Amino acid sequence: MPLAACVQGKDPRSILIAMSLYYVQKLIYQLNREPALREEFRRDRDRVLAAYDLTPEEIAAIAGPDIGLLYVLGVNGQLLMHYAAMHGYEWNQYLHAMREGVKRHGPVRAGLYAMVGGGIA
Amino acid sequence: MSLVFAGICSHAPGMTGRAERADPAQRAALGENFARMRRAIEAARPDALVVIAAEHFGNFFMNNMPAFAIGMADYYEGPIEDEKWLAVKRHRVPGNRDLSRRLIDAAMQEVDLSYAEEWRFDHGIMVPLHFLTPNYDLPVVPVNINCQCPPMAPLHRTYVLGQALRRACDAVDERVALIGTGGISHWPATPDSGRINEAWDREFLARWERNDRAALTAYTDEEIYRDGGQGGFEIRTLIAAAGAAAGAKGRIWYYQPIPIFAVGCVVGVMDLAAAG
Repeated sequence: MPLAACVQGKDPRSILIAMSLYYVQKLIYQLNREPALREEFRRDRDRVLAAYDLTPEEIAAIAGPDIGLLYVLGVNGQLLMHYAAMHGYEWNQYLHAMREGVKRHGPVRAGLYAMVGGGIA
Repeated sequence: MSLVFAGICSHAPGMTGRAERADPAQRAALGENFARMRRAIEAARPDALVVIAAEHFGNFFMNNMPAFAIGMADYYEGPIEDEKWLAVKRHRVPGNRDLSRRLIDAAMQEVDLSYAEEWRFDHGIMVPLHFLTPNYDLPVVPVNINCQCPPMAPLHRTYVLGQALRRACDAVDERVALIGTGGISHWPATPDSGRINEAWDREFLARWERNDRAALTAYTDEEIYRDGGQGGFEIRTLIAAAGAAAGAKGRIWYYQPIPIFAVGCVVGVMDLAAAG
């Protein structure tokens, strides 16, 4: 598959998905690197979420958190692993959550971090 | 003075954060080779260490992503990640703003660079420093190549980046060591973590040892993604290190797939002296 297609996915709504995914990832990026925002997120999550252009599904995945769904939505693993750790996921729990996400929600919809198999159990 | 050392190494966060889960013999062998590289760097008596890395959304994001960036500050801090997660304590790492400025000015004669006066190192730089300058007493000049999200600089441009850095290093009075850190094949932070394409890695490293510019830059991103995973894009850092040592041949001191570290771990050096 051409790399551009990997990024945007094959869904006809792929550009909208990619735009919205961008804000999911931006929020996680900022949470990962800004302790003050993390604190605000813990105190008043809805207020923080309102500042980002997110779909109801994305909001639910972030708020859960549903690490598996975030993975399926296409969140870059380099961002997601820290968001999972922030919520107390140990490494193997993080890997398990992603695998469960694919079982429940289907294949990764966008981005470069699709599951191809061959990892350590 | 000149570039006095050039090498490559891995930076996987598991090498520190999940170190105890690896086979003790493999972990020891990797540690010995990092120690050997540390001694080689020390023997070269550098005044600064250029680290060509591929950061993972510690500082740069898709709202303003530079293809190439260089730090220009008197100090940096890292790791940006949770200290317990990475098992590396947070340190202030010395930089050299003046040296950075001169390197940037010289390198920009050939390549376009972004600069950053603020930079919080992630594991991509902190893990190599943990092994190579554990006292954090050698000024660092960080260089970043976007290896996370397309569009990314073509491979041939990363080789040119290395060449430009080499000429810049050769033009300053200081003695400069340089490492590239990234790759090789891996599928990090995915359910496939631990998948390693050893044959692909070994072929790439053979090209690196020969410093075969054409072969190193012949991969397409589609091929890298298919054979080396999304982590494979980080070979850009290793290609840049080869560019910095253009004319020299390399030697891989250590390569071993270590699945719990999610990567085939590597330590290699370029023989700058023989290239004369």
